[in-house]
Order: sequence, then C-alpha cells, then structure tokens
Amino acid sequence: MTAVSASVRPGRLKEFWRYFSENHGAVAGLVLFAALVVVAIAAPIFAPFDPDQQFRDALLMPPLTHGSEGIFLLGTDALGRDILSRLIFGSRFSLFIGVVVVSVSLIGGVVIGMFAGFFRGWVDTTIMRVMDIILAFPSLLLALTLVAILGPGLTNAMIAIAIVAQPHYVRLTRAAVLTERNRDYVTAARVSGAGPLWLMFVTILPNCMAPLIVQAALSFSGAILDAAALGFLGMGAQPPTPEWGTMLAEAREFITRAWWVVTFPGLAILITVLAINLMGDGLRDALDPKLKRS
Amino acid sequence: MFGFILRRLGLLIPTFIGVSLVAFFFIRLLPGDPVLLLAGERGISPERYAELMHRFGFDLPLWKQFIYYFGDLMHGDFGTSISTKKPIFTEFFTLFPATLELSICAVIFAVVLGVPAGVIAAVKRNSWFDHTAMATALVGYSMPIFWWALLLIIVFSGTLGWTPVSGRISLMFFFPKVTGFMLIDSLLSGKAGAFQSAASHLILPTIVLGTIPLAVIARQTRSAMLEVLGEDYIRTARAKGLSPFRVVAVHALRNALIPVITTIGLQIGVLMAGAILTETIFSWPGVGKWMVDSIFRRDYPAVQGGLVLIALIVMGVNLVVDMLYGLVNPKIRHQR
Repeated sequence: MTAVSASVRPGRLKEFWRYFSENHGAVAGLVLFAALVVVAIAAPIFAPFDPDQQFRDALLMPPLTHGSEGIFLLGTDALGRDILSRLIFGSRFSLFIGVVVVSVSLIGGVVIGMFAGFFRGWVDTTIMRVMDIILAFPSLLLALTLVAILGPGLTNAMIAIAIVAQPHYVRLTRAAVLTERNRDYVTAARVSGAGPLWLMFVTILPNCMAPLIVQAALSFSGAILDAAALGFLGMGAQPPTPEWGTMLAEAREFITRAWWVVTFPGLAILITVLAINLMGDGLRDALDPKLKRS
Repeated sequence: MFGFILRRLGLLIPTFIGVSLVAFFFIRLLPGDPVLLLAGERGISPERYAELMHRFGFDLPLWKQFIYYFGDLMHGDFGTSISTKKPIFTEFFTLFPATLELSICAVIFAVVLGVPAGVIAAVKRNSWFDHTAMATALVGYSMPIFWWALLLIIVFSGTLGWTPVSGRISLMFFFPKVTGFMLIDSLLSGKAGAFQSAASHLILPTIVLGTIPLAVIARQTRSAMLEVLGEDYIRTARAKGLSPFRVVAVHALRNALIPVITTIGLQIGVLMAGAILTETIFSWPGVGKWMVDSIFRRDYPAVQGGLVLIALIVMGVNLVVDMLYGLVNPKIRHQR
C-alpha cells in the first residue's frame, strides 16, 4: 500500500470526524473559530463604525453609551473610537498573523526537518545544533530582539515569531521521518526507483502529518499570543492599527479610569486563543491515538 | 551515567559557541555604527572616531573580532553597558536574584495548586471537579498573561486596594542586601512590616507568572496519573487491600511525577519569556525588565551580553533536568 492511496482511503474523513466530534469542547472551539473567520472576512459588514473614526464628543465612553451617531456597544477609547469596531477589524490581524506564521514555520520546518531526518550524518547534526541554538533563547526574548534589529512593525513581528516557532516543526518532522524511513513501504518505493525528493515529500511526508497538524494548531494560538505580546510591548503592529495587543498597550494608562478599554481587547485574545486550543485538543485526540488524553 | 553526562555536556559546547555567534552577529546586523551610537548626539571628531574604532577592535576583520569576543566571554567579560558604564556581568547578576525569587515563587504556586488538582481530577475522572479543573486549566493555558496582569491590577490594586501595583517592597523600608531575595532579606532586617510589604508585592506577579505553568502542570499531572492508575502494579496494590489514599498518594503519584518533573523543568523557557512581560508590567527590577529596557535604550552591548547569559541559564537548567531524568529513567540514559 502506498502512502498516497492511504491518505485518500474512503471514510477517513468520516472516521476523523467521529473522533473529533466526541470531544464537545473541540466542536465548540471549531464553531467559535469559524464564527471568528466569518467576522474577520466580513468585518466591514459587522462593524458598526469605521475603526479609525474618532468621535470627539464621545471620548472614553463606557459600554452601551448612546452617541450622536449610534450606540457604542463596548464603549469608546481615549480618542473616541468605537471599541467593538476596532476589535472586529482587529480579528483580521490576529487570524492573518496566525495563518502567515504557521504557514511559514510549518513549510520551512518540514523541509528542514525532512532533510535532517532523511539524510542523517552531518546534515542532520548541523541542522539539529542550529535548532538547539534557537531553542536556547526564550522565544519571546528572541522575537523581541529580532524585531529590535528588523525594526518594529507587524511584518517583522511575524518574521520573528515564525523563526522562533520553526524548531518545533523541525524536531517533530525529523522524529517522524526517523521512524518512517526504514519501513517496508519506503523501501518498496525506493526499490521501484523513486528519487530522494519523491521519497521525502510524496512517500514519507503524508505519514508524518498527524503530530504536525496538532503542532500547527498549538503554534497558531502561540503566534497570536506572541504577536499580541510584541504589540503590547510596542514592538509589534504600530498604532493606530487596531491589533489587539497594540490596543491593550494604548489602553494601559487608562486602567484605573476606564476598565472597558483594557478588558475587551484582552478578552478577544483569550477567546480566540481558547477556541484554537480547544480545537487543537480535539485534533490531537482524533489524529494521534498515542497522545490521547485517556 | 557518567558517559551520559559527558555526552550531554559535549553537546552544549557547540550550542554555546552558536549562541555567542548569534549574539555577536545580532549587534553587527543592527543599523548604525556602534561607535557613533556610543558617541551619542554630540558627534565625534574623525581622529577620535578612528581611535575608538581601534580601541574596541572594530577595525579588525570580523572573524578576529569574534575570536576576541569569545575569549572575553570565556574570561567572564560580557562587555560594558552603554547606559550605566558598568560591566554587564555584574549588572545582570545584581538583578538576577529578583527574577529568580519571582520564578521560584511562581513555580511553587503552580506546583502546590497544579499537582493536587491534577491528581484529584484523575482520581475522580469525569466528575464535576475534573471538568471544572480541566476547563479552568485550558483557560489558564490560553491566557494572554499581560492582560491577566492588568485585570488583577484593576481588581486587587485598584478597586480593592489590597496589593501594591509595582516594585519589590515599599520605599519606606531600607536594609542591606544579603541574599538578594527580598523575602529573606526583609526577615533578616528585623524591621516590623518589611516582610509583609515584600510578600504583598510578590503576590500578583507570582500569580501572573505562575498561571501558564499551573495550567500545564495540572493537565500533565492528570494525564500522567490516568496512565499510571491503569497499570498492573496499581491493581496489585489495590488487591493487597491498601487504602485508596495510600494507593494514590504513594504508589501512583510517585510514578506519575516523573513526567511532571520534566515538564516543570522544561517550563524554564516559558518562565523567562513570562518574566519579560510580568516584570515590565509590575516594574519588577529583574533581568526581564532590564532586557526590555536595554532594547528600548538601544544599549546593544547589554542586549548582547544578556542574551548570552540568559541562554546559558536556560541551557544549564535543561542539562540539570536531563540529568535528573536520566537518573530516574534508565531508558533515556542508554539511548543515543
């Protein structure tokens, strides 16, 4: 049986869904996440106001205040901008950060890890030592320093977080390849004349996907948290971008006067990260029987 | 076992060289000339510029500069801070006890709450306690801790007025530094109220820094306990007629704690990352805040030295954890 036919085996998706849906939290996370994606894509439809519009007569208004132009459901910030609209537009940034960071670190990490595990020898040793070096620095500190070098901003923050997230994929891929590369189906493919690239990415890779998908979910939420932390420290997205961490940084000086400017952006981060982590738990249960919680 | 330790130490050497290489090149990648940066805004004459370039060795080829830099590192010379003009090594280890004290308190907080919660959740599996504890743990695990810190400040410092907002101790108290740990030094000073002040300053930062480790430890303890409780020797212990408490507390927990201890050790990186945020928010004078301040002050020698020192500490702790793990688990020790 080749790997390709295994991955399209009929009923596999159905089997996956059966295990996934057993975990009610995971389904709740999936629903929440889907809702967030819809909100992010259709932000202009959902947002009651322009996220950058400043209502000069309504500065730091508490939630449910009636303004001249409508209701500020979650209140306004120090510049009179509607917090709900800013949060809705901010969801675009968080999801975008997650998607970019996971794609970049996943693709990079899989390719590097695949080479390390497949070729062994000095290639493996060199790659793994470099990964050890990256892992020796606390992730946020390394990201912070990288952003200081590259210059503050959303793009550079994403690059820094992707670099920091990469070693985990490299290690996972390498470990999975090491167990797979001597299996009979790989030998069979090799004997029938498959080249190294074909063996790596067509024969072996589909059989290493389970831990990678689980890790992707974990690092998706990790990327959102790290980007928000960088924004909070003033090194991520720059004002007036409605990124959630940046909004929190701007709100910090008002914490004693206006609880809502601090509470809601953080709540948005927490709910998003929680939804993704719930999904991640469900993915792990469904894809990786070895890691099953019970 | 000795061979295992030697092998692990051998792996550390290339990593350490790599870490210092990374830190060395970071500072060269930065936009701007280091000497002009040192001179500040007043500018500098060309003769003086050349003299400084020579004194700092910037006129040498890069590889030579790195060899000198690495030699200095091996002698414990991590450079001099631009903003304070003090050696970075001294500066770092003056502040490090504050970070260490906070981290130790956070780990104690996480273990004292997390291990019992995980054990009870596993023993009473699918009970309301299990569900509540694991849901709470997942929320804690997903927590943006910088926001969590702000919320706690709003409630406990703002509304209730129970705890101070920043610093390690009230400015009223002044006493000599003995250990660098405020809790111990305040007790040694014998001044009334000093210990209470130090403790009240520690509470919120401890909770904030301990939240994610607490969630991780509770989840890990629960799953390790569930695994162990299904083992044959537990059935044997039960069949012998031992009390359920003894079976759980002695037979099961001892074995379940092995992966948990590893988890705690591996949290050191998480703790250092968390310390950066926690210390910044609570103005806690530790190395995390110092690193952030140095980055904002563009004090690059300090950033460079701090990176190497923090990486060394993380590597050291990981090595100790590995050795402890090898000590309790022969399977790891003999594998290559």
